[in-house]
Amino acid sequence: MANLARVRSAGGSSQPAYAATPRSRRDIVIFVAILIFLLAFPFIDQSLGLRLMGALLPIGIYALLAMGLNIVVGYAGLLDLGYAAFFAIGAYTVGFLTSPGSVFVQAGWIPPFFQQFWPALVIAFVVAAIFGVFLGAPTLRLRGDYLAIVTLGFGEIVPNFFLNAVPLTGGTRGINPIAKPPTLGPFDFGQTAQRNWYWLILAIGLFSIFIILRLYDSRLGRSWQAVREDELAAASMGINLTRTKLWAFALGASFSGFAGSLFSSAFQYVHPSQFEFTLSILILSAVILGGIGNVFGAVIGAVLIGSFDRILAERLTGPLNAFGEQIGSDWLASHNVGEDRYVVFGLALVLMMLLRPGGLFPSKQRSAELQPDAEDISVQEQQDLFDVRQHDDEVSDVRGGQVA
Amino acid sequence: MEFNGTLFAQYLILGVTNGALIALIALGYTLVYGIVELINFAHGEVFMMGAFLSLSAVSAFGLVSGAGWAQIALVSLVAMLAAMLFSGALNWSIDRVVYRRLRSAPRLAPLIAAIGISFILQGIGIYWKGSTTILPPNLIPTDIRSVNILTDWLGLETRIRFRALDLAVILLTVPLLIALSWLVYRTRTGKAMRAVAQDRGAAALMGIDVNRTIATAFLVGGILAGAAGFIVAYYTNTARFQMGFRYGLFAFTAAVLGGIGNLNGAVLGGLIIGLVWSMSDGFLQTYIPWWGAQWTPLIIFGVLVLVMVFKPTGLLGEAVPEKV
Repeated sequence: MANLARVRSAGGSSQPAYAATPRSRRDIVIFVAILIFLLAFPFIDQSLGLRLMGALLPIGIYALLAMGLNIVVGYAGLLDLGYAAFFAIGAYTVGFLTSPGSVFVQAGWIPPFFQQFWPALVIAFVVAAIFGVFLGAPTLRLRGDYLAIVTLGFGEIVPNFFLNAVPLTGGTRGINPIAKPPTLGPFDFGQTAQRNWYWLILAIGLFSIFIILRLYDSRLGRSWQAVREDELAAASMGINLTRTKLWAFALGASFSGFAGSLFSSAFQYVHPSQFEFTLSILILSAVILGGIGNVFGAVIGAVLIGSFDRILAERLTGPLNAFGEQIGSDWLASHNVGEDRYVVFGLALVLMMLLRPGGLFPSKQRSAELQPDAEDISVQEQQDLFDVRQHDDEVSDVRGGQVA
Repeated sequence: MEFNGTLFAQYLILGVTNGALIALIALGYTLVYGIVELINFAHGEVFMMGAFLSLSAVSAFGLVSGAGWAQIALVSLVAMLAAMLFSGALNWSIDRVVYRRLRSAPRLAPLIAAIGISFILQGIGIYWKGSTTILPPNLIPTDIRSVNILTDWLGLETRIRFRALDLAVILLTVPLLIALSWLVYRTRTGKAMRAVAQDRGAAALMGIDVNRTIATAFLVGGILAGAAGFIVAYYTNTARFQMGFRYGLFAFTAAVLGGIGNLNGAVLGGLIIGLVWSMSDGFLQTYIPWWGAQWTPLIIFGVLVLVMVFKPTGLLGEAVPEKV
């Protein structure tokens, strides 16, 4: 130890990049400053008259979703295009369990204990995980792009089912009301208590980040990285591929279900249109924009994409239309910025893939890995992003013959 | 309950017509996948853009009501050719600008980019024609739309409707399918495509310009999608920026069902999906009271998931062992 210290001091201030652990003092100061800002934000919002609290709830939920999807896509390297399905399953589970309008409650099948918010939340978490395993078990042996399409199909089936199974779900009428968390000291969670909901979601988000960071360094987290970087090598080292992937898939799914139950309770309303494909892509573009494999990147991506979706789209339309009238552009005068979401999400995905596949904030481990001897490894890195096997010399496991 | 033959025949006709259209789109997926192993997620949107362009082309002609058959046929042909050119060029440029740069990237990178492109094109669709369902500009008058060949032309006593419109779909689609098969199996370009599909490296060593061959596959796929765009817009008489998503996924299901990468498979899959679609939309309702068209996507996506999980090689595809 002493030797090491001497070597370091001899080397002047140039510490190797990997020595900067997340617990260094600078990081702690930044972390505390951000935490205080986030905790105090409702008061800042009030004094400046920003009126952002309503938009921050869905953005917070997006951030939770992005954290969960980051486990699946970023850590384990599995592309899940039906992520909104688990969100829907979580939301509907809480609706079925706690809403006085739900057929299950009316039939008297739900014990009163599970009609409360917190127990229902736990059930929703478990149910979403079960569905994750149920979908993942048969599909995880498929190749990456096939898996993506299967999850996409599943992501279309689930909201479609909720939409059309009218006797069960009320179809387009949706389910409402939904149980709220019980009042906790001075914090009640009524419809108007946006501030308390904000703090609740913030607390859950911070807790989730902590869990995810611990998970990343766990045996399971290491296995995810190993599988992501080289499936074959990981399997040779004794990692059970199916089990490792299934854990990622199930954890991601349960995260989504958990976020769904919070969402349904915060908005007191479950409706099939809330879970469309666009939501899955919104979350995917958040993760990819922010930085694949970096939980903070995913959260920042979700805040960026969510702010566009929930704040800019609403607030920019009015001024833009006024500006359009001024300069006499009919198109600008009647343009709804909400319609730009398709182009924005799409550009986020395409530009990131072309220019910066690691995202705006690539994971620390990777940027550290990138530093030593620049070129070769950076090329390697890009290719390792999802699948180490190179494209050219690869023969697929499933291919329906050739064009012949 | 008794089997209703007339109704079955009716939905059979609809199914085959729909199936031919789906096959046209599915071929674009399968061509590209067979060669570069990329699920071209934006293909459905290329189809949608083709439909939109054909609408603009028709309204540029400003057809007045009361136009004769010849005039309608001429405008249709021009609009369809314009859509084919446009969609072909669009698909080609997407490959040139985006996919080609990601050729050596891991497989999921171009797929994610393709999803991005699909969203961008949907956004452009909104800018172009708005976010609501639109009625295509006048082309085929209603009295011609509803001509029933069996009763009006052949004078048969039947309740089955086989409209001139259905016939037109088949008359436009089948030549395209034949032309494609001619291109792939009888020309040098087709031979190059098959060679690149089998072994890209070896094809390059034999002096085949791989990038150009891949670009051709995108171009041809886009051309077929553009034709399908025009036909679908006027067959269903609606268009919407999201039409590419539904049709695209149905067509992709067809391609997978038939065995992705296999041209005959795409046509077979298209016919099956078309039949499933029409039977679920109408025929099943006679026997299952609570059934309705709203369950059709569920059935087709169910087929997609089941085929992918249990028989990823599809009906006509062959398994290729994984080389490590």
